[in-house]
Amino acid sequence: MADQQIKLLEKAIKEIQDQAEKFGLDFFPMRFELCPADILYTFGAYGMPTRFSHWSFGKAFYRLKTQYDYNLSRIYELIINSDPCYAFLLDGNSLLQNKLVIAHVFAHSDFFKNNVHFAHTNRQMVETMAVHAQRIREYEFKYGRNEVEIFLDAVLALQEHINPYRLIKEPERQKPAEENKPETPYDDLWSLEDKDEPKLPVKEKKFPAEPEKDLLQFLMQHGHYLEDWQRDIIAMVREEVLYFWPQLETKIMNEGWATYWHVRIIRALDLSEEEAVEFAKMHSQVVQPSRMSLNPYLLGMKIFESIEKRWDQENKGESGREKIFEVRELENDISFIRNYLTEELVEELDLYLYQKVGHEWKIVEKDWIKVREGIVNKLVNCGYPYIVVEDGDYLGKGELYLRHCYEDRELDVPYLEKTLPYVYLLWGKPVHLETVIEGTTILFTYDGRKNSRQILRKDKK
Amino acid sequence: MDTGGKNFLISREDWSLHRKGYLDQQRHQEKVKEAIRNNLPDIISEESIIMSDGNKVIKIPIRSLEEYRFRYNFRKQQHAGQGDGKSKVGDVLGSDPKSGADKGSGAGDKPGIDYYEAEITLDELAEIVFEEFTLPNLEEKKKRELEDKGYRFNDIRKKGLMSNIDRKRTLLENLKRNAIRGRPGIYNITPEDLRFKTWEVTPRYESNAVVLAMMDTSGSMGTYEKYMARSFFFWMVRFLRTKYKQVEIVFLAHHTQAKEVTEEEFFTKGESGGTKCSSVYELALNIIHDRYPPQDYNLYPFHFSDGDNLPSDNERCITLVRKLLTLCNLFGYCEIVNPYYRSSTLMSVYKRIEDPKFVKVTVKEKSDVYTALRIFFSDKEKVAGH
Repeated sequence: MADQQIKLLEKAIKEIQDQAEKFGLDFFPMRFELCPADILYTFGAYGMPTRFSHWSFGKAFYRLKTQYDYNLSRIYELIINSDPCYAFLLDGNSLLQNKLVIAHVFAHSDFFKNNVHFAHTNRQMVETMAVHAQRIREYEFKYGRNEVEIFLDAVLALQEHINPYRLIKEPERQKPAEENKPETPYDDLWSLEDKDEPKLPVKEKKFPAEPEKDLLQFLMQHGHYLEDWQRDIIAMVREEVLYFWPQLETKIMNEGWATYWHVRIIRALDLSEEEAVEFAKMHSQVVQPSRMSLNPYLLGMKIFESIEKRWDQENKGESGREKIFEVRELENDISFIRNYLTEELVEELDLYLYQKVGHEWKIVEKDWIKVREGIVNKLVNCGYPYIVVEDGDYLGKGELYLRHCYEDRELDVPYLEKTLPYVYLLWGKPVHLETVIEGTTILFTYDGRKNSRQILRKDKK
Repeated sequence: MDTGGKNFLISREDWSLHRKGYLDQQRHQEKVKEAIRNNLPDIISEESIIMSDGNKVIKIPIRSLEEYRFRYNFRKQQHAGQGDGKSKVGDVLGSDPKSGADKGSGAGDKPGIDYYEAEITLDELAEIVFEEFTLPNLEEKKKRELEDKGYRFNDIRKKGLMSNIDRKRTLLENLKRNAIRGRPGIYNITPEDLRFKTWEVTPRYESNAVVLAMMDTSGSMGTYEKYMARSFFFWMVRFLRTKYKQVEIVFLAHHTQAKEVTEEEFFTKGESGGTKCSSVYELALNIIHDRYPPQDYNLYPFHFSDGDNLPSDNERCITLVRKLLTLCNLFGYCEIVNPYYRSSTLMSVYKRIEDPKFVKVTVKEKSDVYTALRIFFSDKEKVAGH
């Protein structure tokens, strides 16, 4: 029976692959794996089958699984950006369900392979993470499980604070002026008589020279009391987050792209009437709108469809298809929304912004440009606050001064005060964070024992 | 290497040994318990627990298990949503931010709502609270009746030895779980389905013990004082019932007169009037004399009072306490200090009694209830009995 199921699947995959290729999708070699629900949920919680152990993943796993057990939500598939590309199918899905998932997954694979934001991701991350997990396990043996866990708690609390564009653009360092360079080693002898008094020491160099966004890297390099294994753990976590980052940056596009294609591929297949009904049902579940959030599957798909339609109309031809392939290659969610979410779409999808007014959550904005900008704002830095190291030697005492680049979005203060001790744990000396709360610039400080705050200035509203 | 344009592989592996998610979840659970343990003094004096009917699942906010990070304040942001085509500015989407915002896709990708509350049953909480509690100075007494010794398989649990697996119950659980997911049948048995037969641990020796719970219900005992006393007795009763089979509890309430009351009356009824603590000690002595001869019973009188006693009665109290001490394994006196006023108290008189079996505790705030429990129910160096 099981063999029979695999045979049917194999046939379906072959058909779907052929169809996907006909449409011009260009994907990695695929590895499909059938697995039971709790395994799928494990991968969902960890982001990768081989990732290291931590209680927070256990918590996520439990939450996903509970939702599944109570029929509240369901993961149909899981795909890993790697070469070859791994896709995990839920054992127990119907053949048709799996067909939809497989079509979806081929499009994801195409996206991973071709979108420019993935150009630098490590396609061997499955193996890399397995190595990381092994190394962390060894540290647990050597330094104690609790010790490692506490350290990981701190690193994971700051994991979003990396600079994914570091590889692309190295910050330019100030070079010493060329013209002052001596021509021979003895040149400086000539000027000895000119300098009758020693110059005062130059103004102390700023450290770091430019505000540093990559907190993990900065802490790893300059944390005062870190041991080698601790630096190694920061490096590993950082590498893993860098790997996940492009996926966060392109979620709407990637899900939209996969949804766009699973519809077209499945429609091109020879479905029985019964299957067609089941497909329609399942697809409509995937693209169900939500009043309190945006469904990336739906929004992304609609934008791709709208681009295609407009290009076809404007150029009286088939150039729409070409255009969406170009879009999937070059954009990320921010540019995708900003460039292609049109007034017509905002209206058609009935998008709005809402916020808390008194005790109620109310719709406050329907103007399409403001709605678009609202969505874009939420996507900046993948939705994480943008925080930089302003000074690594604050007060000349080696204290750490962080600054939240405030753009009209306030931080969660209780969370902030609970996170500062983690920064302290990594830095080893008092840490400060500057941010704006209700029009007032405030400096939050954790000195190793307690939190305190200090008003820096009242900004005009 | 692939033939015929086939550029994929399909496989199905044996995942039954892949336990990572469960193991890390277990660690998470451990941390929940740890967090509860660390907050016990605050948790057990929670009014919602003391006043609960005892069968409820209670919710305890567990701070340390939140995954703190720098994040935006969810309640002060604008969010995007999608209507049914007729939405307009001013429409109300909901008044409770948690209910709506939590729906939709993804795990924890929405900042602002990832609060964590541990749900726990009173029994589970009691188990943690009582982990290290014990009746001090317990002695083997003459057995009242023959006990059926040995192990009895009388319980089914989620954890246990594989050899004790209860096949029928396990299959039933699996069936139930699959039915919930809408596809009945027995398949895909996971660890959560497993049920084990287990036995009750029989005590090392049989001891008959009697606890005499004595509470001052006079007018000077305000709401706060009564609440403190009741919290203590609430947990004490649960503790004794959980851990010991052969413990009887006698409830005595007193003001200027003492009387034996039912458990319900003890926990609910208020009284008024002046205070004569000696009255309750006398009653206790009588009850011991009539019903619980010390050669057959371990005796544990506990007295809760605000210490506001009729001064002329104090000497008599000392005499009676000394008398009780000759009969009992331990005498616990707990005085609730009202933060607002303080006059001469029983405690200052009782300082004169120096008997290791006489344990005196002062409680000031709610969280001291736990401290009192710990002091009374820890097995210190065994005090020489007789």
